[in-house]
Amino acid sequence: MRAFTTLTSIVAPLDRANVDTDAIIPKQFLKSIRRTGFGVYLFDEWRYLDQGQPDMDCTNRPINNDFVLNKSQYKSAQILLTRENFGCGSSREHAPWALEDYGFRAIIAPSFADIFYNNCFKNGLLPIALDAEIVDGLFKELNDDYALTIDLVTQTISTPSGKTIAFDVDENRKFRLLNGLDDIGLTLQHADKIHAYETERAKRAPWLFREVSI
Amino acid sequence: MSGKTLYDKLWQDHVVHTEDDGSCLIYIDRHLVHEVTSPQAFDGLRLAGRKPWNVARNLAVADHNVPTNYRDQGIADPISRLQVETLDKNCAEFGITEFGMNDIRQGIVHVIGPEQGATLPGMTVVCGDSHTSTHGASGALAFGIGTSEVEHTLATQCLVQKKAKNLLISVDGEVGKGVTAKDIVLSIIGTIGTAGGNGFTIEFGGSAIRALSMEGRMTVCNMAIEAGARAGLVAVDETTIDYYRNRPLSPKGDDLILAERAWQNLHSDEDAVFDKVINLDATKIKPQVTWGTSPELVVSVDANVPNPADETDAVKAQSMQRALDYMGLQAGQKITDIQIDKVFIGSCTNSRIEDLRAAAVVVEGKKVAPNVKLALIVPGSGLIKQQAESEGLDKIFIDAGFEWRDAGCSMCLAMNADRLEEGERCASTSNRNFEGRQGYGGRTHLVSPAMAAAAGIAGHFVDVSHWLEK
Repeated sequence: MRAFTTLTSIVAPLDRANVDTDAIIPKQFLKSIRRTGFGVYLFDEWRYLDQGQPDMDCTNRPINNDFVLNKSQYKSAQILLTRENFGCGSSREHAPWALEDYGFRAIIAPSFADIFYNNCFKNGLLPIALDAEIVDGLFKELNDDYALTIDLVTQTISTPSGKTIAFDVDENRKFRLLNGLDDIGLTLQHADKIHAYETERAKRAPWLFREVSI
Repeated sequence: MSGKTLYDKLWQDHVVHTEDDGSCLIYIDRHLVHEVTSPQAFDGLRLAGRKPWNVARNLAVADHNVPTNYRDQGIADPISRLQVETLDKNCAEFGITEFGMNDIRQGIVHVIGPEQGATLPGMTVVCGDSHTSTHGASGALAFGIGTSEVEHTLATQCLVQKKAKNLLISVDGEVGKGVTAKDIVLSIIGTIGTAGGNGFTIEFGGSAIRALSMEGRMTVCNMAIEAGARAGLVAVDETTIDYYRNRPLSPKGDDLILAERAWQNLHSDEDAVFDKVINLDATKIKPQVTWGTSPELVVSVDANVPNPADETDAVKAQSMQRALDYMGLQAGQKITDIQIDKVFIGSCTNSRIEDLRAAAVVVEGKKVAPNVKLALIVPGSGLIKQQAESEGLDKIFIDAGFEWRDAGCSMCLAMNADRLEEGERCASTSNRNFEGRQGYGGRTHLVSPAMAAAAGIAGHFVDVSHWLEK
């Protein structure tokens, strides 16, 4: 996983609440057995005027010029600013994969759906939840070359007008993201504890530890 | 010290290790695997040279991509086929039990788990699918995970989690005729919104929930995720314990006696303190119909489509207008005037035997309306299909003009060939009415099985409670 420390980038505004993971990456693309290549299909039904299919070459597809990510000033945006409950619905990790593959590294919103929020941290994406009024303020300040600096170490966002906004993130998640660490390796450091738990639990709930063939 | 909630008990029972910041390593008793969210996880294991921690805790089935007819001919779409074959290969390579596409036990992962007794009260259950919340109906802590966590579960039998807060939704009173578990949960989502349960585990309680069958409780917990909560729970009672006697993987003999004694404790203590409590009056709930592109955009069948102009919150009004435009509806239009093109009865929300029986009661001796192009019945598992056929339900549906299909996720998310065409409108018993969910440009109205069946017969939405009174 790519580590995240600081980021300065243009901000793309997606002014919608309850953006669901079906919208972020429609189901037909979930048929892929790979982990990469989803970026070109990010927000497929909003971004293009035709119907996207897996493995489709997107270079000549008709573009929806009204969709915000298709506006030239946001092409290089690595920060997405959006509204409440972003990432609701399906647990598909293809949603953060698509956002990351497209080039986003951070998402700012008043709130995120729990599974999506969790999935972001596994993929080097930083979801930042701020008060709805602060997010609203950012939407109002935003102009074409509006850039923010996000510093995960100090947990702050700096705005062009010189404001500093603090944000919360769990220590554990922050540590893993700052260092780009593999969760499984860290968990396996506790292998003895997992074995001990299984031994103790088998005494309390032996029916869960029988060898049953199905 | 105050008592514990059911969620507190389940959590505490599975903590392997606690980190300084309060996050915990939680032991996972059951991992369900399907073809869509697992291939990259198995690849990850291979790349790191890892093996599953305990293969016996995993159970796999292909459900999202499988065709629901002409299954003996295999899967026509080569990309879908590759994904299902990849699951077969991965399960064979790592030694994981899988119900193959033509196994009678094949079905939707959240239907077969309880049906087989693979998910039991008191367990922690995870699956790379958000509707894993379904299994909470049996007093299990069950939640959906992403593919990285699928890999993590395979490799360690654990997950790193932060404990959520406790939310009690108490639904009291007796529901009216024709009002089902689906209407209860849609009404809850309409009340608290799709973000209302964010950060919480929801325990569903109250007399209206206790009166539900296990199937009904599964329908309610299934849609906890649509209320924003990763997990929903219902306390164990006699209904639960009866359900788990004689399931293939249920404990047997002395184990069953021990297990039942432990399961009796799977309820919130009387003096348990919840972070939030919401009370709903079941007697006020009418059959529900969603009109928009989020499950919270829902009204009673006797209501009209709401007007964005009446909404004071500008962001909300804007999304209501967008939903109306997408759905091709007018503010103020009567719900019962909305004509439909297709009917879908199925999905992990509503494809169990009780759902099929409820639909059959409504359609028996009637015919699907001429304007309805396709009416699909997709049972949740091969065993449910078999049960329904032994009761003669298939004949009732086929005689009425419905198609009787094989088990799978089908038109809930249209990853197989069952889907809506652009602009088509569907009365659907599934769980999500998002834009494009059932097919590009498709328009979904979420309803109960009885309501979907009645809409199929009438050609437009009707209040099924009136039909059932006759």
